Parts: sequence; C-alpha cells; structure tokens
Amino acid sequence: MLRLPKFEVAAPQTVDEALALLAEYGADAMLMAGGTDLVPNMKHGLFEPKLVVSVSAIDELQGVAIEDDGTLVIGAATTLQAVATNDEVRRRAPAFAQAAGLVAGPQLRRMGTVGGNVMLDTRCQWYNQTHFWRKSLGFCLKKDGSLCHVVEGGSKCVAAASNDTAPTLMSLGAKLVFARRNSEGQVVRKTLAVDDLYKSDGAFNKKVAGDELLIAVRIPAGAPQHRGAYGKLRDRGSIDFPLLGVAVRIDLDDAGAVADADLVAVALQARPIRLKKAAEALVGNTPGKPGWDEAVDAAAEAAYGQCHPMPNIPGDHDYRREMVPVYVRRTIRAAVAGEGPVHHV
Amino acid sequence: MRVLNLTVNGDATEVAAPAHWTLLEVLRYRMGLTGSKQGCDKGDCGACTVLIDGEPQLSCLTVAALAEGHEITTIEGLLPAHLRAGGEGPDPVQEAFDRCGALQCGFCQPGMILSARALLSENPAPTRDEIKAALSGNLCRCTGYTQIYQAVELALAEATGAEPASPSWAPGENPWAKTPEGNARPAVGAAGLTEGTGVAPSGGDSRTNGKAH
Ligand SMILES: Cc1cc2nc3c(=O)[nH]c(=O)nc-3n(C[C@H](O)[C@H](O)[C@H](O)COP(=O)(O)OP(=O)(O)OC[C@H]3O[C@@H](n4cnc5c(N)ncnc54)[C@H](O)[C@@H]3O)c2cc1C
Ligand code: SF4
Ligand code: FES
Ligand code: FES
Repeated sequence: MLRLPKFEVAAPQTVDEALALLAEYGADAMLMAGGTDLVPNMKHGLFEPKLVVSVSAIDELQGVAIEDDGTLVIGAATTLQAVATNDEVRRRAPAFAQAAGLVAGPQLRRMGTVGGNVMLDTRCQWYNQTHFWRKSLGFCLKKDGSLCHVVEGGSKCVAAASNDTAPTLMSLGAKLVFARRNSEGQVVRKTLAVDDLYKSDGAFNKKVAGDELLIAVRIPAGAPQHRGAYGKLRDRGSIDFPLLGVAVRIDLDDAGAVADADLVAVALQARPIRLKKAAEALVGNTPGKPGWDEAVDAAAEAAYGQCHPMPNIPGDHDYRREMVPVYVRRTIRAAVAGEGPVHHV
Repeated sequence: MRVLNLTVNGDATEVAAPAHWTLLEVLRYRMGLTGSKQGCDKGDCGACTVLIDGEPQLSCLTVAALAEGHEITTIEGLLPAHLRAGGEGPDPVQEAFDRCGALQCGFCQPGMILSARALLSENPAPTRDEIKAALSGNLCRCTGYTQIYQAVELALAEATGAEPASPSWAPGENPWAKTPEGNARPAVGAAGLTEGTGVAPSGGDSRTNGKAH
C-alpha cells in the first residue's frame, strides 16, 4: 500500500482559471494531467504539492486539429491513446503516433497525456523509489540528498529523459505553446521549439517554470515524401519505460534519395540527444540503391560512437549500448519501408 | 474531507473522503468494493483496473475527487449490468473465465475481466494478438495467460456464435462449448466463489468486526 501525501485538488475549466491558481499558490501548486507520472512520484514522496491543479477539465487542451498549412495541433491534455489511434496523426507524424502507442500499457495510455509525456520527470533507479528505500540509501542529489549514485563524485544529476514521444517531436521540429501569468497578472503565451525545452540537468531537465501551462504541441507539415518511425528497447512488450528509444525522420526527394534526415535518441541522458552524424551519413543516399546499406551501417556506427548509456535507469548499460546500432539500423529501415514501430516483441 | 459524488456501477453515491485519496482507496475502504485489488499501488500491475466511461483505467493512480462526473464500473458492477441489459447470469466474460478456469489465485482476475470486457465492447472480433495487446497491462503471476486468452476467445465465440479468428481449439471442437446437458467440461471454479464476480471476498479482503484483516 502506497499512500499519497495530503493535498487539495482543483479542476479549473479554463486556462485563465488554472493560471490564476498557479499564480496564487506558487511553488505549492503542481499541474496534473493524467497523473500517471505525478501520482506515483507523489506516492514515493518525491513531490508534495499543497494543491494539485488538474488540467483534465480544460476544453482548450483537448483534441487534435489540422490547420490550413498542414500543421497538426495537439491539445496538451489529449490522451496518448487518442493520438496513437488517430489516422491523421498516424499518417502525418508516424514516428510520434508509434511512440505514443508504445508508452506504458493500455490503461496508462488512456490516462496519460501528450503534455504529461512532454513534461515527464527524468528517471533513475535510485530516484523512482519509495521514501523508505531512498532514505535507507542516504538519498541523492536529485531529491533530499547531496551525492549521486550513478556518477561517483558527480555534482550533477544524470537521471534519464524517459519520455517516448519527446525524441519523435524533436525529429519533427515540433513547437510547444505555453501560457503563464506575468507579474502584472496578464496571461502571456510563448512558443518554444521542443529542442529548446530540454536541458542536460537530470534534477530538472526543462527550461520552463512550474507556473507555465503547456497548451498544445504543434507539429509542422512534413515534407511530401516524409518517412518516420520509432524504435523502443525495453524488457517486456508492455508497461515498461524505454531502455533506449530512437526516433527517425527521413525526407526523400523526387528521385527517392534522402534529402534530409534527423535521428534523436532518448533514455540515455537527462535530455533527448540528436544523432547528427548518424543523420548526415544518410543524406544523399537512396534507399534500395547501391551504397544504401553502407550508409545505414555508417549511421549506426556514428550513433554507437555518440551514445553512452549510464547505469541511471534499469537494464545493463553495456547491453543498452550494444543495442544502439541495432535499433538505429532497424528503425531507419522501418521508416523507409513505411513500417514501424520497431519493438522486439 | 470532502463529499464526493461518484457514479459507481450505475448508482449515484455520496461518499466522504480526503481529497488526496485514490479512487481505489475510496472503492475499497469507503464503499467496501474490494473486488478492485490493491497490487503494486503505483501503476505497474493492472489489478486495480476499473472502467471509467467504459475505458479501462487504473484506480490506484486516479485521484477519487477527479472521478466525479464519470461512470465508474468495477467488477462488482458487471453482473448487475448484464442482468439490467436483459442477460442471464454473469457477464459472458465472467462466465467464460469461470468455465475455462482462467485463474489460480484470482488476484488479477477482476482487472483482467474488465480489460477484456472493454476490448469486446469496442472490438467485436479481436485476434489473439489483439487480445494479448489489450490485456498486456494486466499482470498475472499464476496462470501463464493461456487460459485467460482462451476465456476471452470463448466469450467471443459464445457472443457471436462464430469461431474466433485464431481459436485455441480445432474447428468445431471448442472444449468449453455449452451442450444441452450443460458444459462439455466441468467448470473449474464455481461461479460466485471466484474473484471474477466480485461477490465473495478473497482472503485478505474478508472482514471481521467491520475491519479488513
Ligand atoms: C508503470 C508505468 C509505465 C510507464 N511507462 C512509460 C513509458 O514506457 N514511456 C513513457 O514515456 N512514459 C511512461 N510512463 C509515464 C507516464 O505514464 C507517461 O509519460 C504519460 O504520458 C504521462 O502523462 P500524464 O498526463 O499522466 O502526466 P502527469 O503525471 O499528469 O504529469 C507529468 C508531469 O507533467 C506536468 N504536466 C502535465 N500536464 C502539463 C501541462 N499541460 N503543462 C505543464 N505541465 C504539465 C506535471 O506537472 C508533471 O510534472 C509510465 C508510467 C507508469 C506508471
Ligand atoms: S542520476 Fe540518479 S542517483 Fe544521481 S543524482 Fe540523479 S537521480 Fe540521484
Ligand atoms: S494496483 Fe494499480 S496498477 Fe497495480
Ligand atoms: S491468477 Fe494469480 S495473479 Fe492471475
């Protein structure tokens, strides 16, 4: 039995009401969408807000829309199940839909939201534990303590970004719309590239404050010959967080050659990381034509050189490293074939 | 403490509970609905699965106050709902779990049955792979899952009168099919004694002097 700490709950109906509560309570308030990350974390004594502000009743945060220029607009409180099964999302942003469909298990995808996934707390096997467990170990830098159990002598937390949709959104050049109340009490909105949301600090890997409400995720229209896929390594075929995630975007030109590509990996460090050299290895090559297999191998090799999994999340880190080129290769192949996700079961 | 207006198994109820209680705690410790099991209590196991507006969700991660305004169905509600809809006896999924012996300790069964119920309500002809995917958020530590998948296929076969897409028996040889004399095979668990109906409490949930022990 794991009890929640005491808190009060509010379920505002509008963005303005939610922001007013955040402004009033300051650091004592926390936003909650599906609660599938926040509730276990509160049960583990990692967060103890006095007020939980649920965003589930705010209509503006719900649903998927397509703008005239082809931009996909996804309300922050739209469930992962809703985007994973939405035909337009699957067609326009296959990697993102695949990643959403592989988050956790069926019940959790019906509760968990896109916004909650983007804003997911980083994870570490020394952190996502009960208060009793963490106390027995003397706590750690990220919460209540002063040292890191992953990097001996380390002064910076390296807990891993473990959100499956984040690397896909980065590869798609997605933008995030946030709202907050400024010191004059006015509601101001800002748009931030997903790339610019994350920073390499496992203690808190985002550049926005707790009083900023994510309203929507905007995915720009893809290239005419857009290809995308997501690969996820995990212990079981369901429920588990990623031990490694690889997002691939490939844009083909009229002749079928790779005009542009982007690869992003997650579940390694505090933020999703762009595999620039791996993407460069693909550009100019044509799937199925001579030189393609070598290009894919070169991409896999470049990714292997760049990715160094740490013992921050469960799973043997040497094994996770060896799986980097395997998943990069398979996910590229799935993307060009219009298939995916890449999943070992 | 606040008074929550919850709709559980078709009935509107007022129940007082602290704001930080989960729906699972309210169901079990305020309403005595111990069919929903408290397994991991943190989202891993699916034992606490309930239907919220018909969708399988985890009551251990649901703040009870936020479930106001939604239709909550627990394992205890399936049989009455089936009777109300003009059916006889338990829900066909419960009946099939009973006849296939799709349980050993029974702890996972309420959650399994609710996930299976939601699947069959949404997809009238799931394949074996779709059944596996739909139940993949419900862990069972005893059965090895085979009888559970068979039970879902049996419920499907009985509901549609057709063989399932990927049956676990040879064509026309459904070992659990009802015969005029009754079941071809004796039911493994007697209905009402299994967890699946939520009627009889399992060991840890039985009460003496009003206290769970
Ligand atoms: C057993 C288990 C397995 C899981 N497996 C996976 C997995 O494989 N992959 C994965 O990616 N995740 C996994 N998760 C985590 C989680 O279910 C998902 O990441 C989900 O998308 C979180 O969304 P939520 O709406 O439930 O977030 P919440 O828990 O409601 O919120 C998460 C964080 O985001 C903030 N937040 C939420 N909405 C907003 C908003 N609109 N604006 C600003 N901040 C906001 C909250 O304050 C909180 O800090 C798992 C969880 C469990 C319990
Ligand atoms: S990496 Fe893990 S052990 Fe180290 S400070 Fe971060 S959470 Fe704690
Ligand atoms: S008790 Fe809710 S998922 Fe295990
Ligand atoms: S029957 Fe024991 S957990 Fe499934």
